[in-house]
Amino acid sequence: MSSAMAPNVRGVAAPGRRTVFSICGMCAVRCPIEVTVEDGRVVWIQGNSNDNAMGASLCAKGAGAIPFEYDDERPQTPLIRTGPRGSGQWRRASWDEALDYIAEKLRETIEEFGGRGVALTDRGGPFADLTKTFIQALGSPNYGDHDSSCGRNAHNAARSLYGCGRAAITFDIKNCKHMVLYGRNITESFKVKETKDFMAALAKGMKCTYIDPRASITACKATRYWQTRPNSDYALNLAIIHEVLKTEVYDKDFVEKFVSGMDYLREAVKDTTPEWQEQHTGIPAAEIRAFVAEIAKDAPNVIFHPGWMVARHSQSFYVSRTTLILNALFGAVETKGGCIIAKTPEEVGAKGLKKLVDRVPKVKEPRADGAGTINPQWDPAAGMVHQLYHAIETGQPYGVGAYFAYRHDPLTALPDADAIKKAWDKLKLLVAIDVRYSETSWYADVILPESTYLERANILTQNAGPRPNFGMRDQAIAPRFDSRPAWWIFREILRRMGKGEALDFETIEELWDYQLEGTGVTVAQMREQGFISLAPSAVITPRDKLKFKTPSGKIEIDSESLKKANIPSLVPCQVREATTGNQFTLLFGRSGIQAHGQSFNNPLLNEIAPEQVLWMHPSRAKPLGIADGDEVEISGGGRYHAFIKVKVTPWIHPEAVFMLHGYGATVPLATRACGLGVADQRLQHGKLYDYDKAGGGNNMTETIVSIKPKAKGGAK
Amino acid sequence: MSKYILRHDEANCIGCEACEIHCKTNKNLGPGAKPCKIISVGPVAVDGKPRMRFVFMPCFHCEEAWCAKACPTGAMQRREKDGIVFVQASLCVGCKSCIAACPWGTPQWDPATRKVVKCDFCMERVDAGLEPACVTKCVTGCLSFGVANEAPDPRRERYAREIVAESMSQS
Repeated sequence: MSSAMAPNVRGVAAPGRRTVFSICGMCAVRCPIEVTVEDGRVVWIQGNSNDNAMGASLCAKGAGAIPFEYDDERPQTPLIRTGPRGSGQWRRASWDEALDYIAEKLRETIEEFGGRGVALTDRGGPFADLTKTFIQALGSPNYGDHDSSCGRNAHNAARSLYGCGRAAITFDIKNCKHMVLYGRNITESFKVKETKDFMAALAKGMKCTYIDPRASITACKATRYWQTRPNSDYALNLAIIHEVLKTEVYDKDFVEKFVSGMDYLREAVKDTTPEWQEQHTGIPAAEIRAFVAEIAKDAPNVIFHPGWMVARHSQSFYVSRTTLILNALFGAVETKGGCIIAKTPEEVGAKGLKKLVDRVPKVKEPRADGAGTINPQWDPAAGMVHQLYHAIETGQPYGVGAYFAYRHDPLTALPDADAIKKAWDKLKLLVAIDVRYSETSWYADVILPESTYLERANILTQNAGPRPNFGMRDQAIAPRFDSRPAWWIFREILRRMGKGEALDFETIEELWDYQLEGTGVTVAQMREQGFISLAPSAVITPRDKLKFKTPSGKIEIDSESLKKANIPSLVPCQVREATTGNQFTLLFGRSGIQAHGQSFNNPLLNEIAPEQVLWMHPSRAKPLGIADGDEVEISGGGRYHAFIKVKVTPWIHPEAVFMLHGYGATVPLATRACGLGVADQRLQHGKLYDYDKAGGGNNMTETIVSIKPKAKGGAK
Repeated sequence: MSKYILRHDEANCIGCEACEIHCKTNKNLGPGAKPCKIISVGPVAVDGKPRMRFVFMPCFHCEEAWCAKACPTGAMQRREKDGIVFVQASLCVGCKSCIAACPWGTPQWDPATRKVVKCDFCMERVDAGLEPACVTKCVTGCLSFGVANEAPDPRRERYAREIVAESMSQS
């Protein structure tokens, strides 16, 4: 096949009506879907009801796939930059030309920095075998995901306690009696299956305690809402644990058998009484006591959610850690109605997919971001993106000269775009591979248009879980523009670099056959339902066989791996001064219609995008002379400042303001998103290299903003 | 009224607005017309707790549909067999009389076709034995559709359960 041709699956443009099972790509949750195609056009998309937990349900973002697909405001051919970075001056290029250009720059980079001087970030998840293969084939260890601005603290906390990543901790919400959420906004930042289970459980009488300085929709569904001071959740947890130990309501049998470090825990919380935490959180001591007594009654069918987006403050790692400790104290681990540790195919007696990455030699170089080396407590499999940028900027521990941002938009996802650009300005090559005009793509040297998830097939996914499975994103329609699937793009670059054997497949079916080798599953079987479950039902390991993947085999409160990294397993709570006057702690979140910044140029999602307003407590608004609906100027101390309308409401803590994230895009070709609202990440001035040392997550909610009422026009 | 009921169980709604996009993509609509709409208000305090109020606004499919009476061309019609009020696009001249006549502003102006479009319970789906798009793909299942009085009402059951739970916690 000529490298210029798009590799479609067989029969993709055939006339008539057909159903294709696939995996949604409108956000990073990747729900199973069913796509109806009529004469080569998508006419209907719904949840893949072969998956009982999913049913036909689909969220607004998933439904926005059709208007996204048939919108023309996306990169339609490869583009090569002709003016300075970010100037928006481009020329169209053929695929051969763009790929040759990239290969030439890669050769220059590798000559100067070695193979390790190439890096790539994506948004992790089940397709990363491909990107890891690409980067390792070039001789680099520098594959990383986006997670330092998301769940990295929870991930590294889970590893230190349970010996597995955060994604391996799943929640049996259906059978849960009390769920505790620390700002985990499960009805807005949602995963369809999880949200369905959550709402069904509430309807059946599950209790929910929701902790957040701002009352999100989840707070409005919860049976208990605690409006805590911003960034005070660690103090809250230390006090809850104190009360649990003092009243001896924990599961002594479970703790005896499966938990180590209880003496260490007792020492850490000996003074953190419910009264002590009042000054930090603002929650009355009596409420903590009532809560603990209530939870004890429902244990072990309780879930303390360790968090999803937890790149919040300098002790967020310890919030996730203490949250996971609470699950252990109540015996809510590997039990119905609690947390269930994900199983690999091998752990349920099946064979896993054959990995692509095993086709390339292992890379022995240390990572540029220090994950696993300078910072041994950080998972080297996923990296730490801000420290990659630090290496790009400083050349320490070594230089990185080429960077691929694959479906990842760091200029929207990470704090302080100006600081990121300063680091990127050292790069010889910056490539954005995306289906849309992201902020990052506009600053890149080359934009490679990936085919949309409806127009492409991906490598098969292997999903660990209580019931592990393989999943398939099949191609539903032919590409509308001159775009290509990712596996083809990476193969073509590797071929030009003389590393073609790593991804030497002519068609996706050939690649799938390789992945399925020895599993006993065929491509045809995968296509029947879109996924194959590898166990007949959820597998819960019996207590007599339960062992954790930590050095001791137990849940380690006093962690061996953290000790080796010279990181304390628990720390004293940091005192946080109250903000006053026109200074506020800036909190952010998202609504159910948006996937961060990627939804606002969608014709229909843009139409229903909520007006971005700044939540402010009346007790703080009044002295500043700010009334509901007034416009104010907001600044984070950097070059960027903006105007935003205020929503005066008691449902935000007085010390904080809140706004939705993902607004304030600047790419002129994305006409609907461009100029819409304020970019909170650009107000997070100086926060790129400000992170929780233990977990690595950015301290994004430690941003302090100044608010200035807009001068009111006088009477004429 | 039509023989059907499109029920919105507010307690189970999260205001995610997926229904609006399901409706619009099924009717192949671009920006502009919104045949159904979720209106979110809040948070408001209810017994000291924050609560959001969600109101779902499709079409009521009136027995005496003012929109149909106002229509000068007969485009807006009420289907005899089940009472669904719908627009026959080929007859619509875009005069907007129906929009003015409806007390709830239900009929919508589609700028692409320059005609009126409205909730018709996705009648081609109903005729095929399916449910309206908004109901079929609702995230939480808070929307339900059926012949009035035949479909179970989640609110009665929940109310009964709450009363029982309350009396048990007091005893």
